[in-house]
Amino acid sequence: MSAPTPKTTPEVGGMGHSIKRKEDPRFLRGRGNYVDDIQLPGMLHMDIARSPYAHAKIKKIDTEKAMKVPGVLAVITGATLEQYKLHWMPTLMSDTQMVLPTDRVMYQAQEVAAVIATDRYAAADGAAAVEVEYEPLPVVVDPFKALEPGAPVLRTDKPGKKDNRIWHWEAGDRAATEKAFREADVVVKEQIYIPRIHVASIETCGCVADFDRVTGKLTVFMTTQAPHAIRTVFALVAGHVGLSEEKIRIVSPDIGGGFGGKVPVYPGYVIAVAASVVIGKPVKWVEDRMENLQADSFARDYHMTAELAAKKDGTMTAVRIKTLADHGYADAAANPSKFPAGLFSICTGSYDLKNAFCEVDGVYTNKPPGGVAYRCSFRVTEAVHAIERITDRLAQELKMDPAALRMKNFIPKEKFPYHSALGWEYDSGDYPAALKKAMDLIGYDALRKEQVEKRAKGELMGIGISSFTEIVGAGPSKHFDILGIKMFDSCELRVHPTGKAIARFGTKSQGQGHETTYAQIIAEELGIPAAHVQVEEGDTDTAPYGLGTYASRSTPTAGAAGAIAARKVRDKAKKIAAHLLEVSEDDLVWEPGKFSVKGAPQKAKTIQEIALAAYTNHPQGMEAGLEAVDYYDPPNLTFPFGSYICVVDIDRGTGEVKIRRFVAVDDCGNIINPMIVDGQIHGGLTMGMAPALLEEISYDEQGNNQAGSFMDYLVPTAMETPSWETAKTTTPSPHHPFGAKGVGESATVGAPPAIVNAVVDALAHLGVKHLDIPITPEKVWRILKEKGVAE
Amino acid sequence: MIPASFDYHQPKTLSEAIGLLSRLGEGAKVLSGGQSLLPLLKLRLGSAGHLVDIGRVPGLEDIREEGGFLKIGGRARESDLEHSDVVRKKYPILADTAAVIADPLVRNMATVGGNLAHGDPANDHPATMLALGATVVATGSKGERTIPIDQFFTGLFETALAHDEILTEIRIPVPPPKSGGAYVKLERKVGDFATAGAAAQLTLGAGGEVVRAGIGLTNAGMTPVRAAAAEKFLQGKKLDEATVRQAARLAADAADPSPDRRGSVEYKREMARVLTARALKRAASRAQGA
Repeated sequence: MSAPTPKTTPEVGGMGHSIKRKEDPRFLRGRGNYVDDIQLPGMLHMDIARSPYAHAKIKKIDTEKAMKVPGVLAVITGATLEQYKLHWMPTLMSDTQMVLPTDRVMYQAQEVAAVIATDRYAAADGAAAVEVEYEPLPVVVDPFKALEPGAPVLRTDKPGKKDNRIWHWEAGDRAATEKAFREADVVVKEQIYIPRIHVASIETCGCVADFDRVTGKLTVFMTTQAPHAIRTVFALVAGHVGLSEEKIRIVSPDIGGGFGGKVPVYPGYVIAVAASVVIGKPVKWVEDRMENLQADSFARDYHMTAELAAKKDGTMTAVRIKTLADHGYADAAANPSKFPAGLFSICTGSYDLKNAFCEVDGVYTNKPPGGVAYRCSFRVTEAVHAIERITDRLAQELKMDPAALRMKNFIPKEKFPYHSALGWEYDSGDYPAALKKAMDLIGYDALRKEQVEKRAKGELMGIGISSFTEIVGAGPSKHFDILGIKMFDSCELRVHPTGKAIARFGTKSQGQGHETTYAQIIAEELGIPAAHVQVEEGDTDTAPYGLGTYASRSTPTAGAAGAIAARKVRDKAKKIAAHLLEVSEDDLVWEPGKFSVKGAPQKAKTIQEIALAAYTNHPQGMEAGLEAVDYYDPPNLTFPFGSYICVVDIDRGTGEVKIRRFVAVDDCGNIINPMIVDGQIHGGLTMGMAPALLEEISYDEQGNNQAGSFMDYLVPTAMETPSWETAKTTTPSPHHPFGAKGVGESATVGAPPAIVNAVVDALAHLGVKHLDIPITPEKVWRILKEKGVAE
Repeated sequence: MIPASFDYHQPKTLSEAIGLLSRLGEGAKVLSGGQSLLPLLKLRLGSAGHLVDIGRVPGLEDIREEGGFLKIGGRARESDLEHSDVVRKKYPILADTAAVIADPLVRNMATVGGNLAHGDPANDHPATMLALGATVVATGSKGERTIPIDQFFTGLFETALAHDEILTEIRIPVPPPKSGGAYVKLERKVGDFATAGAAAQLTLGAGGEVVRAGIGLTNAGMTPVRAAAAEKFLQGKKLDEATVRQAARLAADAADPSPDRRGSVEYKREMARVLTARALKRAASRAQGA
């Protein structure tokens, strides 16, 4: 339950030590190296002209005026790329999307032409001077209408495509679930919509593409969370124009936040590469904020109908969820191949549900590609929102306390590993302990009493709970791949003669602090101080192959690879130590940092002494050096969990929701760096609160983006953010090498329903049963007015 | 978010600045703090052939009481206003207003004069200056003139300033004893334009009756709105609950807001009512404490 005591000293800084982040000195001094910091000799700049229409025929593109702008060297259109068969590209979901259109645009802000110029300003002037003649076509923005007979078929590029359905996916036993619903004492049902939202990372997307005509080598500095997979995709897509994988180097430098939005391949990257190859000079393309918000892949946009069946006493018996997923005009998400709806089938949540069935239909509309996993572990946010909302509905229906209802239905601790009705094997958990801890910390019973008193006075306060179960660490090669590449991850560890080390990984930090936490893993396993372990990621010429950082997978996969590689190094170190101490390996005992002889602790060799010997005095017949590689294929996913409780007060005059308190109890297994975990949770909670109360990308009937800048896409500041109260329980993963589970997305996944449940709870006595997010002041005020309680 | 090209001028004196504006004509815009102008240029929603930056013109930054007025220099920064002792002590309505404009980084650059001269009814100072009964000093090639704030806002993004005039000072009458004011703003998040905003400035008589009431509304029409009917209604009355409610209702009637993502017309008008009531109560409590 409680966190284990660290095994290493603070100087070594292994697991459990809140050592300061190794990357921060350069970030705090403004000395990070982001894509836009990269300057190469002769570098050109690219800007993109975009469509004002959501659906239109392109009748003519006139580039003459743009070419006359001083400094403009080239204007690239779909027709240009068509000559090289590069005007379309595959998505990571084996769908296709345009790089540049030749005849039609499919969403507002779609790329129409790219201008290459000698400086950024000339490129922008050139883009503004591109003249395009459009003929507007009927726009489909509503996914329900998109599926109606007679709706315009959007993907006419696909031979034989007669409707706008992308795919149908389902999980669970439909018949058994229907039977359970027929036999239930009580059934609750709710339409739940999670709108489109955007990752809005502080750094937008961009690249510097640098093709060397002499060597034939292409180097792309790029904002990507998955550089290795990108290299392979480039090799597969552009093989026919002569790009070969050994001649492609993808470098992911410092990344200013990814959150899933930097996994897809955007047209701008491909155009910049094509431009550099054709012109033979480096080409930089960096989106501005509005391009980022309007054209990059979106998240959520899930229309869910959730139902829960239960006995009179509150025992949940079955859950059923039917969903329409609006993917925009292309399925350009980055889910594992076999999971087009991600890991949505975690929707049985933290409850011992015997029957479950869920189905999802992906739909095309005239919107930018959607469906990226925005800090949500592949659609887990959606699943958690559905089950946690509908659980509160059941509590309301049965007039039960929502905490008591959860306690009654939690998967008991002794049932782990637990096989869920939808096919997952939950590795470990103690759900009642986490909820109990959250209730104690927030003073749950006292708050319920206060609520009764406040209601008597006409004041509105609510208490909301979310007891979520995450599913992360994709994943086992049997089920998980992206474009066929298995979702292992890797570490290559090399110990230098003086006992210092370099470790390279297949992942890529975007702010998570891998340079620190990975070093701590090595420190834990080898006793080499974390300060002496250099961590590198993101350069495909040097790092081992891996699938990248997203879906909270780095610690469960690459972190595990780091531990296993370190253990391989330790195995060799043991042989060297036996040689140096002239004893049998069996006579040696390990403690962090040294091998000693059993019963004679003074006879010992430190890892540093052993490292030196590996290069200066290694046993005859043994290879010199001290290094190891591990490609870690996880045996199972990991299942972090937690219980969040939120208290809100509602302003009866304005309808504003104020979060008074928010207690978050997280369990992510064993923790590498508590400070970094807290940082992840603080950020995640803020990113969970944002769509609950503020953020939404919506479209009018013509497909115009209504929140295409930070004026209307309301990213919270410190002023909107409550003071989070965090706490932990510790339930190690039984199958992970050091018992960790991953934490990057738990809070984003778990926070929204706690807030919604609190607001609904504040209004429940007025007959309110559900509110869709974002819960805006006017939305609440309309209810207050309708119920006659507005100020 | 890359602006089209423009010529940049950096006059060192007021007369040089006015000379430039006269010479360059309509294609020139005054650049002060840049809070509104720079985003417009970067978004290419507006263009200017010439920017005349008055940032180096001396003598426009003072905030001081003199001759029965609080005089705020045309280029006084929002952060100067926010942190001014005299403002905090005697003009809390101005401190309220400055504190809810944009964010601290922007307030270090943004100017009070620019907030008025932009002629945007969504800006916060217009309502406050209406409530305070301020006067604007404009300096141009024909010399200096004063414009009552009631006559300053002539249309959406339009003011009484002539093309070659620069807003050089704002004059606010020093409030008599038993005066107090407040500005209350509803915003979706920090830095947003107001969903609705209400400014109220009161002077009370010996018996607690209203001697003078000034009420201005933010983002409630094509120009900043003065709630004249509500002001008149309050004249001579004591501020009990029913009076405040009725004044707030009258103020809301003066609002003619447009719908946008901040809210519907109905919601915005109702918020003008709710916020006017809150501003009046806070102003009254400050006036009684003063």
